Amino acid sequence: MNQNGEVQLKDISILITGQAGQGIQTVETVLSELFLQAGYNVFATKEYMSRVRGGANSTEIRISQKPVRACVDRIDILLALDDVITETIAGRINENTLVIGENIRDLKGMNEKVGFTSMARELGNPVFSNVVATGAALAVLNIGIDLPLKHIEKIFSKKGRDIVEKNLAALKKGYEAGDAIRKRRAFPNFSPQSGRESQFLVNGTQAVGLGAIAGGCNFISAYPMSPSTGVFTFLAERGKKENIIVEQAEDEISAVNMVLGASYAGSRGLVNTSGGGFALMEEGISLAGMTETPVVIHIAQRPGPATGLPTRTEQGDFNLALYSGHGEFPRIIFAPGRIEEAFVLTQRAFDLADKYQVPVFILTDQYFLDSYYNLPRFPEAGEKAKKGYIVKTGRDYKRYLFTENGVSPRGIPGYGDGFVCVDSDEHDENGRITEDMDIRRKMVEKRWKKLALVKEEIISPEFYGDREYRVLLIGWGSTFHIIKEAVNNIGTKGIGVLHFSQLYPLSKDTEAYLGRAEKVISIESNFAGQFADFITAGTGCVINHRINKYTGLPFSVEEMESSLRKEL
Amino acid sequence: MEENNKKQDIAWCPGCGNFAILNVMKKVMKEMNLDARNLVFVSGIGQAAKAPQYLEVNYFNGLHGRALPAAAGIKLANPGLTVIVESGDGCTYGEGGNHFIHTIRRDPDITLLVHNNMVYGLTKGQASPTSQKGFKNPIQPEGTSVEPFNPLGVAVALNASFVARAFAGDTEETKDIIKEAVAHKGFSLVDILQPCVTFNKVNTYKWFKENTYYPGDGYDPYDREMAFKRAIETEKLPLGVIYRKRG
Repeated sequence: MNQNGEVQLKDISILITGQAGQGIQTVETVLSELFLQAGYNVFATKEYMSRVRGGANSTEIRISQKPVRACVDRIDILLALDDVITETIAGRINENTLVIGENIRDLKGMNEKVGFTSMARELGNPVFSNVVATGAALAVLNIGIDLPLKHIEKIFSKKGRDIVEKNLAALKKGYEAGDAIRKRRAFPNFSPQSGRESQFLVNGTQAVGLGAIAGGCNFISAYPMSPSTGVFTFLAERGKKENIIVEQAEDEISAVNMVLGASYAGSRGLVNTSGGGFALMEEGISLAGMTETPVVIHIAQRPGPATGLPTRTEQGDFNLALYSGHGEFPRIIFAPGRIEEAFVLTQRAFDLADKYQVPVFILTDQYFLDSYYNLPRFPEAGEKAKKGYIVKTGRDYKRYLFTENGVSPRGIPGYGDGFVCVDSDEHDENGRITEDMDIRRKMVEKRWKKLALVKEEIISPEFYGDREYRVLLIGWGSTFHIIKEAVNNIGTKGIGVLHFSQLYPLSKDTEAYLGRAEKVISIESNFAGQFADFITAGTGCVINHRINKYTGLPFSVEEMESSLRKEL
Repeated sequence: MEENNKKQDIAWCPGCGNFAILNVMKKVMKEMNLDARNLVFVSGIGQAAKAPQYLEVNYFNGLHGRALPAAAGIKLANPGLTVIVESGDGCTYGEGGNHFIHTIRRDPDITLLVHNNMVYGLTKGQASPTSQKGFKNPIQPEGTSVEPFNPLGVAVALNASFVARAFAGDTEETKDIIKEAVAHKGFSLVDILQPCVTFNKVNTYKWFKENTYYPGDGYDPYDREMAFKRAIETEKLPLGVIYRKRG
């Protein structure tokens, strides 16, 4: 802290806590949007309980001059809409944490009382307490009030004049209280940058949804399941505009079979679920493998087994995706680490599914889907997928024609003079059931030949750090930014990081990267180190050093840093 | 209609009710002048589910019990296609029971033909959801102790768009019922009673003849309450269009 009472910070971490139903979501969206418009980089993520009302939920927002894109334990400002602070959050508070709340006691931070609820009650309804809190936070961070007033007016405009006025009053009340706090406790004012306002805040859910639209997805059938439901909702909201058929199925088994039917008839279909739902769909994935019907499957991972922790995060379903479906057939598995990558890879998934007639997986998790940061517009957005790979059938069309590379031109019913016959039984080139052993052998080989083509297009793992590394860290999916920030804090000398966004097939570069390291450390949000085992199986390189977390919460940067320091 | 079946090795037992239904289906296609290239048959798994293999049509022969969702997906993706689902009682009412219920609610414009022989044929003689109480089989040598599933009763209860029952032994009547079902806009169910000559020694051609009847000209299929009364009859099973929604 310097003499003005200002803590030296490179970024500010704000944690908003409250019960489900208290409107944390509004605080989060309003603050994030206003921080962005004020010229800051913004990162936000949330953790919440599997309930509709009550409990204890929290959202973390980080603002900074240079981009930050991972969650931290450190809390600079705690905005407590509710007086109950969980043990986990209390443990993250330090003596410099500014705690703003109504009746917060026994926390080691600098407590400032602001009566969110009592002020809201004065306005006639405790429901405005979240906007009071929003005002307080904005004032503490010295964001001028004009922008917030306009923003609040805009978002509540549909609810009538009275509601708008009350929310504006709530914002002002909170703002005044925050102003008073700022005089005692100032936070650094990072020089805001212009041009940020043209960027947009996008989370993992939206990136997968937008990627699907850009990939030409025009059919989704799903059964709601946390944390995948957001993508389903995102596409449903845009169904009419983007010409996407949206159907809520009676169960996951129906969902996957409906998508396969649609795909057979020429749609680009998305299957969207989480681990438990996907477990029900596995037979359908096997059907896609056998009938060579293109399908994209988004699995939003959460901790299992069984119902597990429905609203929490884990990377526990890599093996499920990898080995799903009985029998043998090729597949592709992506796991984006950056939000912008989720867009690109989902779009690509639709292209590859169609091109090679194989199931393509996108593996995300709750942390990834619920996290967001500011990005420039996606360059590929607005440009829908190129024309697909569907052919017009001739009279003698054979759906499973033997070809050099194993890919048979894919016709659809009603387009051309031929018949399109597909079968879950082993079949001949015409798609008719056969028990001819020679045809069986050829069909198995035909299906597997396609993997050779897929391998030519594998996305190499991304390397960063010291090219002369002694220690190589291996990560995949949602841990990307967390590892990166932790390694940057430690210093990259002697450290290399290899991030995989394509998990299967495994890039052939993997072995060489591992071979040059004295020590390889894998980092996964699961117990077993599923991907590390898979790398060992594929390369023969044994990975003995593993950092795993399986509490249901993501790694924080500090936690990653300290785990790495122990291993280095 | 091209006849390519001759060279095919049909996987059904001689005398199987499936042959009758296959021939009826060919006549339906011919008489309705259905464009085979715009026609998609969807089936699950079982002996009945092989039926599309023996027709010159597009088909999607998917998973056991899952023909209905696949068919709904096909129809949603391309409403210009005529979609007919053909599978057995085990596939449709057992494995796919949940889809049966919810496809009726969803009401896609597809036709569901259920080859109902009240037994599992392909797995060799176990009870099916429609097996009659007391039906002796390898798993329940003393006979099944559960009530049979009543597809018509369930369909009428769910206010299905079109509900009919046919008997494969009456080929002309069956053909007319299927034609009506295919022409009907919306979901249509035709539960087709058929004997399994190998595994069901109780519900034979003779048994079906003696235990079914047509309600006759005075019957009004638009009367849902009356339809439900008919649908739950077990003494003798009514045949024909039992219920259709006014629409």
